[in-house]
Amino acid sequence: MSEVQQLQEPTALEKPAVKAVAAVTILVATFALIAGGFFFLRDATAPRLLTALVALVIGVGGIWALFFSFNTVAELFGPAVRDKILPYVFVAPAVAALGFYIVWPGINTISLSFMDRFGNEFIGLENYQFIFTNEAMLVVLRNTFLWVLLAPTFATALGLVIAVIVDRFGPLTEKVLKSFIFLPMAISFVGASVIWRFVYAFQPEGMPQIGVLNAIHTALGNAPVAWLTIRPWNNLLLIFIMIWLQTGFAMVILSAAVKGVPKDLLDAARIDGAGEVRSFFNVTVPYIQGTILTVLTTIVFLVLKIFDVVYVMTSGQFGTNIIALRMYQEAFVQRNFGRGSALAVILFVVVIPLLIRNVRGMRKSGD
Amino acid sequence: MSDTTVKKPYVKPSAVAGETKSRALIAGIPARAFILAIVVIWTIPTLGLLVSSFRTQIAIAETGWWHGLINFTDFSQWTIANYERVLFADDMANAFFNSLLITIPSTVIPITMAAFAAYAIAWMIFPGRKILFVIIVGLLIVPLQMALIPVLRVYTRHGINGTYLGMWLAHTGFGLPLATYMLYGYISSIPKSILESAHADGATPWMMFTRLVLPLSIPAIASFSIFQFLWVWNDLLVALVFFGTRRPIVTTRLAELVGSRGQSWHVLTAGAFITMVVPLIIFFSLQRYFVRGMMAGSVKG
Repeated sequence: MSEVQQLQEPTALEKPAVKAVAAVTILVATFALIAGGFFFLRDATAPRLLTALVALVIGVGGIWALFFSFNTVAELFGPAVRDKILPYVFVAPAVAALGFYIVWPGINTISLSFMDRFGNEFIGLENYQFIFTNEAMLVVLRNTFLWVLLAPTFATALGLVIAVIVDRFGPLTEKVLKSFIFLPMAISFVGASVIWRFVYAFQPEGMPQIGVLNAIHTALGNAPVAWLTIRPWNNLLLIFIMIWLQTGFAMVILSAAVKGVPKDLLDAARIDGAGEVRSFFNVTVPYIQGTILTVLTTIVFLVLKIFDVVYVMTSGQFGTNIIALRMYQEAFVQRNFGRGSALAVILFVVVIPLLIRNVRGMRKSGD
Repeated sequence: MSDTTVKKPYVKPSAVAGETKSRALIAGIPARAFILAIVVIWTIPTLGLLVSSFRTQIAIAETGWWHGLINFTDFSQWTIANYERVLFADDMANAFFNSLLITIPSTVIPITMAAFAAYAIAWMIFPGRKILFVIIVGLLIVPLQMALIPVLRVYTRHGINGTYLGMWLAHTGFGLPLATYMLYGYISSIPKSILESAHADGATPWMMFTRLVLPLSIPAIASFSIFQFLWVWNDLLVALVFFGTRRPIVTTRLAELVGSRGQSWHVLTAGAFITMVVPLIIFFSLQRYFVRGMMAGSVKG
C-alpha cells in the first residue's frame, strides 16, 4: 500500500476512506441498474417498445457497465495494485458464468443421476439399470446409436465427394453450387423439421397427395404411405434430415482441405496411371484424413445433443425416440430429475474421449 | 498451374493433356449428374415451403405445390393472407420480437465476457492462467443437457425462470467456452510489439483493451457473433426449458403450431419461413464470416 501511495500523486482519492466510498458507490450503482432493469423486465406491463429498449440497454449496456465499474474501482488503487487485481477482474465474469452454468450443474447432474425422481433420496444405480433394461429405453439407445453412426458418416462422405467434384468447376459455378448445398445450415432444426414434414406429408388414398415423397410414390402406381409411422425405417427418414442439414458443413470444411492437397501429388498419381477414383482414395483421402476426422467428430457431437428434429417430427412416437429427446421428456415433462440426469450423464460419458483428446491437444500446442 | 508446366518436359506433353481432358470429360458426366441430383434434393424441400407459404389454404390442400409453379399464371391461388394470419392471429410477430430481444444480448454478453477473459489470459500475467484456459477448452465438449436440470431448479427457486435475463445468462454460459477459445486464438496472435509500445506510452490495460485489442479482433468477433446469433435464434431446447411458452419466441411458437395444427400447412409454411428470414439474410449477406465461424466452431482435432 505504502509503495502505491508513493507512486501516486496525492489527490482526494488517495484517502482510503474516500477510495472505499467511491468504489462501493460505483459497484452498487451498477448492480442497482442491472437489478432494476431485471425486475422492470420480469414484471413488464410497460409498452412494448419501452420494454424492448430497456431490455437492450440492460442486456448490452449492463455487461459493459459491469466491466467499466470493476475497472474503475481497480484503478482507484493505483497502477501497481491495479495490475495485480485487473487480470482477475477481467476473467471473473467469465469464470463465474462458466462455473454456474457448466461446472457446478455438471457435477450436480452426476449426483442427481443416482437419486430418485425428486432428487432427494439416494437410489444407487437404479436409474441406469432402468435405462439399460427397459424395453422402450433400449429402442431409444438403438436409435441414438443409429443416428450417431449414420448421420455423421453420410454427411461427411457426401460432403467430401461434393467438395472434390465442385472443385473442378469454374469458381463462380462452384460458389453457386456450394451455396445451394450449404443453405440448410442457416435453417433452424425446427424450421427444417417443418420443411421435411411437408415432404413426408401423407393423405389417405384417393385424396390429393401434397407431400413430394408420396406424390412420387403414388405416381409410380403405389398406395400412399404414412412414412413417419413405419418402424424402424422412419428412423432413417429422420436421420436423413440431419444429413441434409450437415452435409453443407462437411462440404465447406473439406473443400478447404481438398484445395490444400498439392497439385503435383495428384499429377504424379495420374502419370502413374491412377484414375480419378483411385487418386481420390490413395492421394486425397489420406492427405486430408485429419480434417475428415475433425468433421466426423464435430457432427457426432452435434447429433448426440440435437433433439429438435425428433421432437417436431414425431415427438419420439412410433419407435423414433433418442436419448436427447427422452432426456427432455423425462426431466421436464415427467419431472423425473433422477432419470433425466442419468440420460444426460450418458450423453456426457460418450463424449469424454473427445474431451481428453482436446485437452491433450491443448497441452501439446501450448508448450 | 505452374506445377504442370514444370512437369511437361518429363512426359509427352500433348498426350498427357489430351488424355486427362478426355478422361475428365467421361468422368465428368456421372459426376455432373450426381451434383445436379444433390442440388435438386437439397433445394426442392425449401422451395416447396416457400411456394406453399404464398398459396391459399384451399390450393395447398387440393394440389401439390409444384402445380402452383406449373400453373404459375393462375393468380387465384396466390395470397399473402397466410403471413398476415400467422404473424398476428398466431402471434408470430410477437414471437419474432421476443426472439430479437433474447438473441441480441445473448450474443453481445458472451462476446464481451470472452474478450475480456481472452485478453487477460493471453496478455496479463497471473498464476493459473494456463490451467484456466485448458479447463475452458475442456468445457467446450460438455453437452448442454448436463446443465439443464440443476440450473432450472435454481431458476425456479428464485423466479428467474421465464425472464429475459435468465435466457441471456444461460446462453452466455453455454456459449462462453467456444467464444473464449475462438477469441483467445485471435487475441493471443496480436503482435507483442503493438501492445508493448502502447504500454510504454502509458496506456492502461483498459485503454489497450478497448482501443487496440477490440478493434484488431473485429474479424474474430464478427465470426463468433454470427455463429452465436444463429445458434441462439435457432435454439429450441434452452428456450423450452428456461423461457417456457407463455411468452413465445419463433422456435417455440413454430414447434407449438406443429403440435396444435400439424395439418394446417398454410400456417406452418408461412410460420416456418418467418423463422428462417433472419438467418437467411445473415447467410446471404455475411457468408464469408458465417463460414469462418462454422469452421472455427468445429471441434479442434
